[in-house]
Amino acid sequence: MVTYLLRRILTLVPLLIGITLITFTVIHLAPGAPVEMQLDMNPKVSAESRERLRKFYGLDKPLHVQYVAWLGKLAKLDFGQSFAPDNRPVLDKIKERIPVTLRLNIIALILEFALAIPIGVYAATHRDTLADKGITIFVFIGFAVPTFWLALLLMYLFGVKLGWLPISGLQSLGYEKLSWWGQLWDQAKHLVMPIGVATFGSLAGLSRYMRSNMLEVIRQDYITTARAKGLSERVVIYRHALRNALLPVITLLGFSLPALIGGSVIFETIFAIPGMGQLFYQGVMARDYPLVMGILVIGAFLTLVGNLVADVCYALADPRIRHGQK
Amino acid sequence: MTVQDSIMPHDTTQKSSLLHIYWQRFRRNRFAVAGVFVILLLFAASIGAPLITPYHPGTIDAYHVLLPPSADHWFGTDELGRDVFTRMIYGARISLKVGFVAVGIAVVIGTVVGLLAGFYGGWTDSILMRLVDIMLCFPTFFLILAVIAMLEPSIWYIMIIIGVTGWMGVARLVRAEVLSLRERDFVMAARALGASDFRIIFRHILPNAMSPVLVSASLGVAGAILTESALSFLGIGVQPPDPSWGNILTAGKDYIEFAWWLSLFPGLAILVTVLSYNLVGEGIRDALDPRLNQ
Repeated sequence: MVTYLLRRILTLVPLLIGITLITFTVIHLAPGAPVEMQLDMNPKVSAESRERLRKFYGLDKPLHVQYVAWLGKLAKLDFGQSFAPDNRPVLDKIKERIPVTLRLNIIALILEFALAIPIGVYAATHRDTLADKGITIFVFIGFAVPTFWLALLLMYLFGVKLGWLPISGLQSLGYEKLSWWGQLWDQAKHLVMPIGVATFGSLAGLSRYMRSNMLEVIRQDYITTARAKGLSERVVIYRHALRNALLPVITLLGFSLPALIGGSVIFETIFAIPGMGQLFYQGVMARDYPLVMGILVIGAFLTLVGNLVADVCYALADPRIRHGQK
Repeated sequence: MTVQDSIMPHDTTQKSSLLHIYWQRFRRNRFAVAGVFVILLLFAASIGAPLITPYHPGTIDAYHVLLPPSADHWFGTDELGRDVFTRMIYGARISLKVGFVAVGIAVVIGTVVGLLAGFYGGWTDSILMRLVDIMLCFPTFFLILAVIAMLEPSIWYIMIIIGVTGWMGVARLVRAEVLSLRERDFVMAARALGASDFRIIFRHILPNAMSPVLVSASLGVAGAILTESALSFLGIGVQPPDPSWGNILTAGKDYIEFAWWLSLFPGLAILVTVLSYNLVGEGIRDALDPRLNQ
């Protein structure tokens, strides 16, 4: 297990370098240097911040020197200062936003798995029944619904028409004056719609995946064996089949992270939630290069960590991987 | 009785080619056929837009602002008095174009990368597959937004960026196919006849590796349409006054308390289009490989 872990961590090094290289390339996509032409025409960027940018990236130097210098700063977690009027270090700005986005996404992820797994298993074990067909239709519609549109409809229904839920932010006015329970209730009410939308966004894909995994496993010989032994259907499905069908889902856990983080741009913008997605969107709109670069690197890094955790979990769950059997 | 006959007993008549069999299977899938029908309808509507609607998508009419759906304006009018139905038909042009161009780019890049990685193996494979891993680390939507932040918003950039950030799945699929194909006898035979690598890859391996790509392309078009609409919704995709389903929804959000029709219809259009492409993709998959759904 230790060797596996070490080997796995070693593979992260080229990936990390690649992530920084791509981010660096993206920032240099702007015609000319990132400052020169682009910013000269952009009144949103002041002369002062242009000077700061030039100095921060050492734009008078050749590209590879700039890259190495930037990498050196990254290693010290120095992402530079934001172009926004507040001028604060990018890292500080990101740090205060990460918990909001992570909390939202983790709750959504848990809900998504808690719903998708039973849905998928049910559909697989009740194949071609009315329920399975209903689930399939739901899945296809779920794939096709634009999440931002769903958010709009929910806002209209629960926020505008019924007035049950607040349509933006994380807290109501006068939040501080509420009791502890009141605060919790208030937060929950603000989170229902964003989390609902985030969950729904990937629910369809995951339950479909779970269904086909389950169908694949049920066909295997060991399931036939288990049935032949006279085990009850419940034991066969939940002890023998489900465990094996769940294995590939672990990998998916790591993969769904970038989608969730990326998706947070949309629902955080719509519901005015002060998370990383909203910060990123604001950075993009204001051409706040250091902020955009910083979030891009951190977002990719979080994904990398997520994938690593998923792989380790997979290795723990599946001895074939752990012992390096191909 | 050859081996082939025993595997495919209904293929003995000789006249039904493989393609014909695929088509027969595809045709039996009612949902997939419905998907094709909807997509064709959309294409027809967007090409013949001026014939279908008497209005122009950009005509501002201050006397008919935010009218609910009626016989004159089927889907109502927007905040500038423009006919929403008209704008949606013209907007369909953009959505359909984005889907095709973006996925075209993704398929070309992904196929070439997958072919090279799978065929040559070794270092080429390692480097290309690490590149795939790296690209997959970025939350795609972040990457797209970041690139757009660096460039002026334009529909062509959007298509290119969606394509350039969406080829990794295709690359993996093609690579996996090539890995098994390159060991087959017909590749050996081609090599024995002295065919160049280029010829083997593009004449012998590529045509055999295309079927999973076709499925993934169809699903990819659906994804690209969703991404474009989200970008336009956020104001960084198709720029007003040009209509797109996404940017009509932006107005829908602003006027959600007074004009539900601005939100409802463009969203439904996206849903139906994406659904159709997905159904077609699934239909192709089942037709090519019925084992998956038995």
